[in-house]
Amino acid sequence: MKRLMKRALDFLGDSGQVTKKDLKDFYRDRARIISFIIMPLFMMLLTGFIFPSQGSLKDVPVGILNLDKASPGQVSLSDQVISTLSSIQAEDSTKKVMIVKPVQNEATIKELIQRQDLSGAIIIPENFSNGLTKEHKQQTITIITDQSNPQISSILSTMLDKVFDSMGKKMSTIAIGSLIQPKLSDASMSALISPMAVESKGLVPGKPNYFQFVAPGVIAMVTMMAVMMGLAGSIAREKEQGTLDGILVAPVSRFSIIMGKTGAQTVRGLMQGAIVLILAMTFFHVKIYGNFLIMLAVIILGIFSFVGLGILVSAAVEEQETAMTIMMTVTFPMLFLSGAFFPIQQMPGFMQAISKCVPLTYEVQALRQVVVLGAGLGEVLKPLLILLGFGVVTLAISIPAFKRVVTR
Amino acid sequence: MSENGNGTIVEVNELVKKFGKLVAVNGVSFEVDSGEIFGFLGPNGAGKTTTIRMLCTLLRPTEGSARVAGYDIVNQPSGVRRSIGLVAEKLILYERLTALENLWFFGRMNHMATSDIRERSESWLKRLGMYEWRDKLAGTFSTGMKQRVNIARALLTEPSVMFLDEPTLGLDPQTTRAIRQFIKELAEAGVTVVLTTHEMAEAEALCDRISIIDQGNIVALDTDTNLKKLLSDDEGAVVDVEVEGMSDASEAACSGLECVSAVAEPEAGRLRVTASGKGAIGQIVDSIEQAGGVVKRMNTLEPNLEDVFLHLTGTEIRDEVSNNIPTGRPMHGRSAGKRVR
Repeated sequence: MKRLMKRALDFLGDSGQVTKKDLKDFYRDRARIISFIIMPLFMMLLTGFIFPSQGSLKDVPVGILNLDKASPGQVSLSDQVISTLSSIQAEDSTKKVMIVKPVQNEATIKELIQRQDLSGAIIIPENFSNGLTKEHKQQTITIITDQSNPQISSILSTMLDKVFDSMGKKMSTIAIGSLIQPKLSDASMSALISPMAVESKGLVPGKPNYFQFVAPGVIAMVTMMAVMMGLAGSIAREKEQGTLDGILVAPVSRFSIIMGKTGAQTVRGLMQGAIVLILAMTFFHVKIYGNFLIMLAVIILGIFSFVGLGILVSAAVEEQETAMTIMMTVTFPMLFLSGAFFPIQQMPGFMQAISKCVPLTYEVQALRQVVVLGAGLGEVLKPLLILLGFGVVTLAISIPAFKRVVTR
Repeated sequence: MSENGNGTIVEVNELVKKFGKLVAVNGVSFEVDSGEIFGFLGPNGAGKTTTIRMLCTLLRPTEGSARVAGYDIVNQPSGVRRSIGLVAEKLILYERLTALENLWFFGRMNHMATSDIRERSESWLKRLGMYEWRDKLAGTFSTGMKQRVNIARALLTEPSVMFLDEPTLGLDPQTTRAIRQFIKELAEAGVTVVLTTHEMAEAEALCDRISIIDQGNIVALDTDTNLKKLLSDDEGAVVDVEVEGMSDASEAACSGLECVSAVAEPEAGRLRVTASGKGAIGQIVDSIEQAGGVVKRMNTLEPNLEDVFLHLTGTEIRDEVSNNIPTGRPMHGRSAGKRVR
């Protein structure tokens, strides 16, 4: 018992020394410190600003081909449509959503979209005003989208759908109002025109925000990259420089060396995660709805889940450069498969199946549950157990492998 | 210090190390006595480093066995690790830690008491002339300074066996001399030293016994004096021949002789020939004269370690393995390009 205690204490002491030494070494490396801070900062800004959300669309150039000819003296409904479209205010900005550009014919639309001068176009049919007011015929407005930019296209067409729908309802209200006597109240009129109204309500207060969705992903990604790259890099560097021999000829267990190194990289990863979190909360209005400690537990278990993989690569590789290349090859697919940036539900079936084998998926999922939905420990237990399982299995494979390989 | 009763502290039995198809060490056996300076002399790629790394438990032998300080290198690695100090070919030193921090870290890794680490770091750094630099980052040191701290690091645990792999490689003459002197003092203090070198002078100056290793085999193992005797008795000789009208042909003729194991041209018109067997000298003179040269003068020389090495391996010690050291060399082999610098 006493011997076991001593061994455990030695193990912790040895790991602690390696962690301390690695952190000191890291802290004194200016270049690494700079990239350490810049990397999460960049990831944050990139994901925060580049990915489009409906609210963030502004100054989108949209062509209008107005074929409508109102009869003299008649109100041109197409002109009203155009002025409504060009006055839609962008969210959180003084800018407009669209810059409406008049276009002469369909051929020009094609050409301008091909030249990327337009992000889409709207065609108002010839008999628009007359058809609606006099002939009482339904008119079809055509929206032409730019398929080279599916995200903008889909946001644009959703928005235009909504705009035309609400304009159409207004028209119906006026038209039906003039037919019914006595006049109905506004509420009854709304019930008549659109009997069912839809209201979306989030589980937690506040508007859905792409960043709220992506921030947990970025945190998971940054910690994963820090630990995987850091671990493989640091072991390979020590192999290359020869300093690992110094530790290996000391009477310490191989496991404590690897744990010490993992400790140092975990501290780094958590610090980078904290940078992302602080930025997200300060500049991107991300809010943590769940418990901070549960979030931390998810992140730490996340690190635990892929550390084995990191060790395996470090064991196999002699040079730093090779370690980095392999780590890139491993982490990038994991990143995209995990749903950190794009919902897994959008992926085809086989990809979804693969993504289920990636531990990061469960970390991102659990983090999102805690951060965005305020889930408690009970709700994230399943992903946490899966992460634990991944960690145990990969470590069980990688630690003996590491022991074997360092003393070939 | 733990060792066997007979004073043998390192015991190696038919040690083999293969990396895939490459046989790096091909069944070496030797013993090192306690307090001895034991040297491995051989070109790069001869298997010196591989042997040392196996003895330090950094490599697992493919076959064979060895005991260091009484511990089996495969089954009792912790015991071995507690008894040895290693100065490897690459510096074991963190550039971004100070000299003291480096020693502190490795002391802790060896489970030393903090007071011991403090005392010994101070004393070794003082002895190696690095004490005033103790708080400077190792990365700012010259190679020689780094090697001094590196040696202090290896000695921190007061090992009974010190393994030094090319300890003076790439160092300036002053540091080289200081380190050699230091190694001698260590041995005098009772520390067993096993070192590798590819420098004859180092082996000659330091080692009690030298093991000449080539192609993964130990081709000779004895004291410096006894090794040289191989060439100064009836069997072998080193002769200096002054030749008039010397050409490549005379050199080629000479090295083509069965009795000649090495030919060098230290300066124009002179050949340094290592030969063995009766009547060798006569054959050398004949061959040179038949090739058109005239032997003006001839002296028998005191052989140096390099002559012994060439005689035994037929190759020259080179800095690069890529120089294609001839393969499968027997003890008295000959090779075409036996030119000594």
